[in-house]
Amino acid sequence: MTSNNQVLEKVIIKFAGDSGDGMQLTGTQFTNTAAMFGNDLSTFPDFPAEIRAPQGTIPGVSGFQLHFGSVNIFSPGDFCDVLVAMNAAALKANLANLKKGGTVIVNSDGFDPKNLRLANYFDNVSPLTDGSLEAYRIISIDVTKITKAALADSGLGTKEIDRAKNMFVLGFLYWMYNREMSFTIKFLEDKFSKKPEILAANIKVLHAGYNFGETSETAPTRFTINPAPMPSGIYRNIMGNQATAIGLIAASKKSGLDLFLGSYPITPASDILHELARHKNFGVKTFQAEDEIAAICSAIGASFGGKLGITTSSGPGIALKTEAMGLALMLELPLLIINVQRGGPSTGLPTKTEQSDLFQAVYGRNGEAPIPVIAAKSAADCFETVYEACRIALEYMTPVIFLSDGYIANGSEPWRFPNADQLKPIKVEFTTELNSEKFLPYKRNENLSRPWAIPGTKGLEHRIGGLEKQHETGNISYDPENHEFMVKMRAAKVEKVADSIPDQTIDNGTEKGKILVLGWGSTYGAIKGAVIEARAKGIDVSHAHIRHIVPFPKNLGDLLKNYETVLIPEMNTGQLKSIIRDKFLVPAIGLNKIKGMPFATSEILVKIEELV
Amino acid sequence: METTNTTTPAMTSKDLVTDQEIRWCPGCGDYSILKQVQTVVPELGIPREDIVFISGIGCSSRFPYYMETFGMHSIHGRASAIASGLKATRPELSVWIVSGDGDSLSIGGNHFIHLLRRNFNVNLLLFNNEIYGLTKGQYSPTSEEGKITKSTPMGSIDHPFNPIALALGAEGSFIARSMDRDPVHLKDMLRRSNAHIGTSLLEIYQNCNVFNDGTFELFTEKSSKKEETIFLENNKPLVFGQNLDKGIMLDGFKPIIVSLENGKYSVNDLWVHDESDLTKAGILSRFFERPVDGTGHLPRPFGVFYENNRACYETGLNDQIEFAKQKKGEGSLDALLKGGETWEIK
Repeated sequence: MTSNNQVLEKVIIKFAGDSGDGMQLTGTQFTNTAAMFGNDLSTFPDFPAEIRAPQGTIPGVSGFQLHFGSVNIFSPGDFCDVLVAMNAAALKANLANLKKGGTVIVNSDGFDPKNLRLANYFDNVSPLTDGSLEAYRIISIDVTKITKAALADSGLGTKEIDRAKNMFVLGFLYWMYNREMSFTIKFLEDKFSKKPEILAANIKVLHAGYNFGETSETAPTRFTINPAPMPSGIYRNIMGNQATAIGLIAASKKSGLDLFLGSYPITPASDILHELARHKNFGVKTFQAEDEIAAICSAIGASFGGKLGITTSSGPGIALKTEAMGLALMLELPLLIINVQRGGPSTGLPTKTEQSDLFQAVYGRNGEAPIPVIAAKSAADCFETVYEACRIALEYMTPVIFLSDGYIANGSEPWRFPNADQLKPIKVEFTTELNSEKFLPYKRNENLSRPWAIPGTKGLEHRIGGLEKQHETGNISYDPENHEFMVKMRAAKVEKVADSIPDQTIDNGTEKGKILVLGWGSTYGAIKGAVIEARAKGIDVSHAHIRHIVPFPKNLGDLLKNYETVLIPEMNTGQLKSIIRDKFLVPAIGLNKIKGMPFATSEILVKIEELV
Repeated sequence: METTNTTTPAMTSKDLVTDQEIRWCPGCGDYSILKQVQTVVPELGIPREDIVFISGIGCSSRFPYYMETFGMHSIHGRASAIASGLKATRPELSVWIVSGDGDSLSIGGNHFIHLLRRNFNVNLLLFNNEIYGLTKGQYSPTSEEGKITKSTPMGSIDHPFNPIALALGAEGSFIARSMDRDPVHLKDMLRRSNAHIGTSLLEIYQNCNVFNDGTFELFTEKSSKKEETIFLENNKPLVFGQNLDKGIMLDGFKPIIVSLENGKYSVNDLWVHDESDLTKAGILSRFFERPVDGTGHLPRPFGVFYENNRACYETGLNDQIEFAKQKKGEGSLDALLKGGETWEIK
């Protein structure tokens, strides 16, 4: 080996190309190889809303960002060290996020006059030659030409050959980062087991990329990123939506209730439907309803029948489900409502991320309609959080809203997954005996929860509905005293959930101090990274991250009062901040970003430094 | 009246009466429908605890409160969607949907058509009174053009739905019509609805004596009923009239009324009803003119327009689950948690 070898702690690579260039696959392969090697990592795919936006244009650019290292990684990272740009548009769309002095690996064939024009480089002046990239290190390779040459004798058509060029880039990066190719080779063998010529071509081009690095001296330095110190155990890589789906199946198995999902396709939630539809051998029933309303209503029907009823959607779909959510809370049936948030309002930014549905979750229903709300903080955390959401729904006979967002739904990270027997059991009992001379469907237990008597239970025939009901009997009641009593009772039941949730802990830092950064949901990684850096600089700052939003952990109010300043970063205009101020009269400060993109660690760090 | 040969039913209609005071207006057609349902259900041999009535919102949707079975009074238009989820997961239950013209054809129109196309094995009783009663008298999607109501003081400019034609268009597998004022026929249609495997749509003309009194009078009153209605029976010719003196013939695709009295035509010349004939069901569904001058129009059909047997959604759904279990084995949670590729950190 003639090249220098340099050891790095962490690297951020952005793979960018046309949506047909296979960048998601390239990124995923590099990710899985890094994971197998033992690096900690975090990823963030960023794709266009259009399935196939016009080729070569900026709206058609698809990206995949990977942050991996020998240290703990909490977010996909801010600015990238390496940008892979398969064409001029990919460069233009991503250059602003490349660190000064960073490396650009370009496919020079993607910078021909046509591509330059489509990417709005005026007068066809190529950025590769006009000196505008002087601040960066450019590795320019005619990937298209080399791929064609490598496959000249393969007998494949131009289209198939063209499709293999992402493997060249992947091979080249494997060389650059001292990686084994075996994981990807095995992946290709599985994927193309029935197409030997395509398999051979892909492996050949992968090797060609690797060998090109070895022999061409295009990149004088290779890099080594050692495994990260992670808790011992067995890991897998997981995306948020996948973790959510698996968490739901786990809750179904541990509660002994068959899972029923009523859903209507919507970005970025559909992958939960897809994942669940694959697991019919777990008794999972998925129902693609005619609309969002039917989706939630069918889940209510399943819950009434004694199943684990679930509906999945994103903001606009959740808006349509609102009335039915109110019904579920009046019926006091368990139901899980999953909102994978995206940019709003209205259709908004379907493929971009935001945390702007918190008010919708907490307040967005007619009448006094409290529903427990719970939010996941990372891709892997979706598993545990959605499992907890199911527990609350079943133990308290209530609809529960689970919040995720586009960022963690599609992002991935290593997950030290549990064994089935490590999961807390979820206790469900159907009522089979009369609880009075005549069955009282709204007679409550110590949790203020009502009995679940399902159709088919002899002697417990009863009617429930959305009209206000009399305490205990459940009969329609317009009595003013009863109405106020029942409104308070339903609220008290939701508050009671707090008895079963852990106290709020400090994720990093001290129980008292100058600044507390309080987060919820997918801002976790960026806050975590920023607080670590700030503390390393000697700043008195701590981090707490809330999972349970309705109801809050019982100690949260007291905890917040232990700090001079509470900073709440959110991808919205300050929704948790308003709730916290209202509930605890704490003068919390917001740090707000509404750009459809997650926070950069640096943005939070700057704000912390400003507050000192 | 048709007699049933079953042994004494375990349940009587009294067992289906709840302790709730019935709050429909005195004289409402809903009372008759409730009575016929409470009469027929005990004959069906289904244990009471396995029966579920689900309704939406509207006068008709109070129905579950008066049936001593499991029941849900849900939200406007959504009973069909709720029933779909229940039937998908509890196929052994006998599920009945009670809905009205506003509930099923306006706010719940989408669920109505999709229920029919999916063909869950449920019974949908569509109480059609051509008016919004509970909200005190606005026109409905089945009200006739020109109808003067509180919300249409100059007359409705909405063209109404033809519910039977709509249900045929939505791929319904059992489509029938009856009326509140003909208990014998209504009970028979309830039995047929229950017997059909698949979604059974039974449209029931129901008089709202407060906001739309007499809208179906022509079909229900003794003086006009025989001339204005025709009762469909499978494999029987289409005969009607005061003295069963008229029949319907098909001239190509055009139905015409012929007299059986002048010797020109006999019953052997008439259209013979075939419940399995979709094309003819389509023509029958168009016997829908509003009699204006009392002459020349076709009578309104009652009975089963169409029935076919095709797979129910819940059967397909459960078959797929069984097939997946056979093929892949009962799912192992540990294998699912582990996924494909894993690595160990020591």
